[in-house]
Amino acid sequence: MALPSYASPLERTWYYSYRVICGLIFFFLVAPILVMIPLSFNAQPYFSYTTEMLTLQPEGYSLRWYEEFFNSSAWVTSIRNSVIIAFASTFLATCLGTLAALGLSRSHMPFRGLIMGLLISPMIVPLIISAAGMFFFYSQIGLAQTFPGVILAHTALGTPFVVITVTATLTGFDHTLTRASASLGAPPQTTFFKVILPLITPGVISGALFAFITSFDEVVIVLFVAGVEQRTIPREMWSGIREQISPTILAVATILVLISIALLTVLELLRRRNERMRGLSPS
Amino acid sequence: MTVSTATALTGSDLKRRLRRAEWRGRLRAIALVVPLLLFLIFFFIVPIARMMWLSVDNSELPSTLPRFAEEIQQWDPTETPLPDESVLALFAEELRAAAEARDLAGVARRLNTEVPGFRTTIMGTARRLPDSPEGSWSETLIGINEDWAEAETWLLLRRASTTVTPYYLLASMDLRMGAEGGVEAAPRDQAIYRDIFARTFTIAVGVTLLCLLLGYPLAYKLANLPARISNLLLILVLLPFWTSLLVRTTSWIVLLQREGPINQALQGAGMIQDPLQLIYNRFGVYVAMTHILLPFMVLPLYSVMRGINPALPRAATGLGAHPFTAFRRVYLPLTTPGIGAGCLLVFILSIGYYITPALVGGANDQMVSWFIAFFTNQTVNWGMASALGSLLLVAVLIIYWLYIRLVGVERMRLG
Repeated sequence: MALPSYASPLERTWYYSYRVICGLIFFFLVAPILVMIPLSFNAQPYFSYTTEMLTLQPEGYSLRWYEEFFNSSAWVTSIRNSVIIAFASTFLATCLGTLAALGLSRSHMPFRGLIMGLLISPMIVPLIISAAGMFFFYSQIGLAQTFPGVILAHTALGTPFVVITVTATLTGFDHTLTRASASLGAPPQTTFFKVILPLITPGVISGALFAFITSFDEVVIVLFVAGVEQRTIPREMWSGIREQISPTILAVATILVLISIALLTVLELLRRRNERMRGLSPS
Repeated sequence: MTVSTATALTGSDLKRRLRRAEWRGRLRAIALVVPLLLFLIFFFIVPIARMMWLSVDNSELPSTLPRFAEEIQQWDPTETPLPDESVLALFAEELRAAAEARDLAGVARRLNTEVPGFRTTIMGTARRLPDSPEGSWSETLIGINEDWAEAETWLLLRRASTTVTPYYLLASMDLRMGAEGGVEAAPRDQAIYRDIFARTFTIAVGVTLLCLLLGYPLAYKLANLPARISNLLLILVLLPFWTSLLVRTTSWIVLLQREGPINQALQGAGMIQDPLQLIYNRFGVYVAMTHILLPFMVLPLYSVMRGINPALPRAATGLGAHPFTAFRRVYLPLTTPGIGAGCLLVFILSIGYYITPALVGGANDQMVSWFIAFFTNQTVNWGMASALGSLLLVAVLIIYWLYIRLVGVERMRLG
């Protein structure tokens, strides 16, 4: 979309102003996340840039909020809870979702559209409705305010992502490969582990990452279904923002941003590997 | 395989075997889906279905005071001011039994949702009921609490005596049952829910349009850049997508507050004297929600635009169309699937938002979700929470159905 040399002044103006507009939108997307990171190193208990910070004096900056975070038993417990819940629900969601996606991609599957619609619905139904419904029901069957309750609820939320990503990987899947494997005498489980799984691994991993971040970031269900014992990082942030807002929150937020960047990098590398394996140029 | 079986595989036999093989394939496919399907039905669909049932459920009183609930249906307030003495005797007997079994909490909660403070009335009465009446039961009850002399009180009990009730669903649409039956508008001071639904709808539409306004040019730019650059820039779109919702909400609270960087910068530049109120109002809600949902608009638009042949709009200009005409008549129609997908997705997501408006909105910017949470946790009025939830769910399911019809569920992609 380079500007041709014969472009009229009007076209030139439009071309450059369009670039500026897009730059501003990118700025709008990214700046809010970045602006808060330096503030988490604020030496003062404020949410605004102090003069020392703006003039880049070292005494304007400190790690006190990170220290506070790692020394607070509530925050440390919440990290432990978040990790337990996210890993357990990711594991369950990935197993259930991958199996379902394999079934859905078979040509024999009846009512595919209807079932797919049903399996995706946890992503579509407003969280507050899922949360309220689960709260009423899980209280009755004794799952409310327990780890299994929160894990099962997060599993339900995470499965659509796994189903979607694995199904997408399977659309380009060459089914003659499984037939070839079977005709060479491999039993179905060998075919699955030696042929199918290596090929769909990128989809499975990216689905698992989505399921992980969904659980790791989720707060509405935790608000309703979890008890004091199961408080997660987002749950602590929620009460932190509402009750005693302190820059510790910004330290937590910065750590979470770094985690997202790490996950995003893994996902991007997977995408490139996937494109290479399909014979597309990785460019 | 021997020759004899090979020759036997003719006509109907072959057909039968084929059919059996197909059945086996179908069963295998179903067997793979069944674990997830059962899991979701039990841990996701059933809870939501039960919640929808709670929006019409009225079984508290009939299950605690079963015989009284049946008898009071016969009472006609236009004939006798109070129910018959026999009904009152039943009421006293069953109420005392329930109080002794400590089984009155559900009834008290149910009645309290309609007449605030009624919990104390019924609990106090149950505590002070004697074994046998002093005079008649009506005198005894009125002696304990004046409220029992009112026909209104007994009408309330009669309304609570049916196993299902339209009360909550009507109330969530600002309607109520009239005294003579039939549906009438709720009194003005209680009629808030239509406004809340309208507000939810307005915010969702506004956020969707803002996302489209910002997302379309961005996706266009991304789709028309060389793949290497656009993949890099796409990461900038995906970063907010992958950043915690609470982190993004926190950063907007930091940015928009009175002493925040935006106000600091504007004051530093001398553009304003006093800091602007940017947060805890509708402006803050729109800004934060647009920022959070923008990636959901950009991604589907981008994937559709990537698939458009760039020669098409060029051909239109080559044939003499003004660039704007070429865009409007050729490019724009080709992107409608992406516009539809992005708008429906953003709308569905924004209509149920709870966390962000709760943290950056003011009292007048809360959406339906906030009231569902309020009724569930604060006032424990589960009927009302369920009724609002059911209406919201119906709205979302209609849009979801539209999405499946127009876009197709297989087209849903992530990043």
